[in-house]
Amino acid sequence: MILVYVETSAEGVSEVSLETVSFARGLSAAGNGVPIDAVVAGPVPEGSASELAAYGVRTVHHADSDDFDRFSGAASAAAVVAAREAAGSVVVMAGGTNRGNEVMARVATQLDVAMAANVVSFGGLSPFVVTRQVVVGAALEEVKLSRRPAVFSIAGHAVDPTPAAEPAAGTVQPLAVELSAADLAVRVVSVEHAAEDDSGSLKTARIVVGAGRGAGGPDGFAGVVELAELLGGSLGVSRVVTSLGWRPHHEQVGQTGNRIAPEVYIPCGISGAIQHWAGCASSKVIIAINTDAEAPMMTKATYTVVGDMHEIVPAINEEIRRRRG
Amino acid sequence: MTNVLVCIKRVPDFSGEVLLSDDSQSADARFVGYTLSNHDSCAVELAVQVATATGGQATVLSVGAAESVEQIRSALGVGCGAAVIVEADPVTLGPADVAREVAAVVRDHEAGPDGGTAYDLVLLGNDAADSGDFQVGIRLAHELARPVVTGMQTATVTDGTVRLQGDGPEGRETYEVPLPAVVTVMEGGVEPRYPTITGRMKAKKITVETRPCAQAPAGSGRVRLTLPPPTPSSAELLGEGPEAATSVVDLLNRLGVGR
Ligand SMILES: Cc1cc2nc3c(=O)[nH]c(=O)nc-3n(C[C@H](O)[C@H](O)[C@H](O)COP(=O)(O)OP(=O)(O)OC[C@H]3O[C@@H](n4cnc5c(N)ncnc54)[C@H](O)[C@@H]3O)c2cc1C
Ligand SMILES: Nc1ncnc2c1ncn2[C@@H]1O[C@H](COP(=O)(O)O)[C@@H](O)[C@H]1O
Repeated sequence: MILVYVETSAEGVSEVSLETVSFARGLSAAGNGVPIDAVVAGPVPEGSASELAAYGVRTVHHADSDDFDRFSGAASAAAVVAAREAAGSVVVMAGGTNRGNEVMARVATQLDVAMAANVVSFGGLSPFVVTRQVVVGAALEEVKLSRRPAVFSIAGHAVDPTPAAEPAAGTVQPLAVELSAADLAVRVVSVEHAAEDDSGSLKTARIVVGAGRGAGGPDGFAGVVELAELLGGSLGVSRVVTSLGWRPHHEQVGQTGNRIAPEVYIPCGISGAIQHWAGCASSKVIIAINTDAEAPMMTKATYTVVGDMHEIVPAINEEIRRRRG
Repeated sequence: MTNVLVCIKRVPDFSGEVLLSDDSQSADARFVGYTLSNHDSCAVELAVQVATATGGQATVLSVGAAESVEQIRSALGVGCGAAVIVEADPVTLGPADVAREVAAVVRDHEAGPDGGTAYDLVLLGNDAADSGDFQVGIRLAHELARPVVTGMQTATVTDGTVRLQGDGPEGRETYEVPLPAVVTVMEGGVEPRYPTITGRMKAKKITVETRPCAQAPAGSGRVRLTLPPPTPSSAELLGEGPEAATSVVDLLNRLGVGR
């Protein structure tokens, strides 16, 4: 049996968790249709169970005591371990988010097995070999998971989230988890919801205008901020920009910043280092503006404009305003 | 007084192309050199901040090649007061091996002469820039039977409790954990300081404790490394300079986002 640790929010099942269940279906098919179960620690929002059913989940093991209201990595791991014992799973996986990786690492440590983070595909089943991203996907590592359960996380966007051809039952089953004082010692005390600013809600933005070192300094962002406003989009920046203190860190796109997936990303003066690419690779269309036609961002983009962003961006803004009258 | 242990990893400095060794077992860093994993630099910064604020000492530790002394020195240069290298061939190490070796040092130092050195706070990076295992801190906490919080960006210690903040899926999260504890750090909360001349001079005088592995490494299960196939560029040039603005706006309109 395959067990997936599913993350939910008030909006429902997270995209990464749906990707992970989709990955699990591939594994299930290779293993003669072994069933897929999910484990949720905390509230299961309305409609989530049927969504998981549509993705092929047989049983949703639901740890729903008040103890799970605020996140605790140890408590979530205890729920996963309890569900795995109840269902006898040989594979345990989660989406490769910070939480997913943390919970999988805790589960693996407790069960004294390995944990492979950010898996993109599986090779043989016996021995069980998975391929995972290292150096933010600039290289891949094939790693053998010889003990059971095989514990790993799935890299974001490694697979498309697709519903199953045949939905499964998606029966919600309460899961009793015995938690120790230690499991609850480390829990989120409070959450401060992020204030809206120039970055808007970057992660979910349909349009993102990006700016990197090419902006030239803290005063070099007026054009890109205006373009983002004109397009009703958000501003995203490279790490050089946040490191130099030109813009706040929460606007950063990349491995150690936000992962964005907009319809259109317009990176200006960003070279496109792998760590930046890791955060913007899921953009549907990329229009790159750069003085260097050979910059990695320019070769990976869908469309390019060669030249100085300080001339090109204001010209685009002007043209948009002109057409709007 | 809080004594802090901070664990750092020497990693190849990848921001451009990654090359592999001939046996596909490791990355070839001959052309790019080595650096500190970026989260680790922030962990060092937090270690120094906490030690300074509480009148304790920050000790820096690395498991791996003797050459890790380069990265150790940079941590000493910014205010760590002691250093340990557990020598091992980095290719042979898996995350569980590293955690076990760090735990061995913690226990050993705590049992040292004159009551030993107790590390109330152990800091690590959230994930290493090269292997990205996301687990050494969690395994270490398990070995030491201490609580662990992951992915934190700031840390302050008062009255035996560490208050931590980091970004969660729904906003800025705060944790408060009684010491001793293990914390893994993500960049973004603090700016690593640069070594001063006096800092560098002081660092030179500190003797780095060098020790062998407590146990033979079990490894990581690595079969081999590969490089993803290069994606051919299919970029379409819209134009050069500000004259391209018309084609850009045409395109935005076609994509349905310009109006
Ligand atoms: C472990 C690790 C994690 C990292 N995480 C991240 C991350 O999350 N996000 C991130 O972005 N980076 C990250 N980095 C850093 C990354 O490797 C790069 O250093 C960074 O992305 C480069 O930023 P940049 O493109 O703004 O600057 P540069 O690489 O310096 O590129 C500037 C670009 O601007 C162009 N340019 C200059 N002037 C102009 C002009 N007037 N008009 C138009 N174009 C111009 C140049 O041709 C160049 O292509 C990480 C690095 C490491 C090691
Ligand atoms: N060989 C090592 N020596 C010291 N610290 C390490 C070593 N490997 C990993 N770490 C620490 O553990 C963190 C997480 O690494 P990982 O779990 O491998 O992604 C790193 O950021 C370091 O702080």
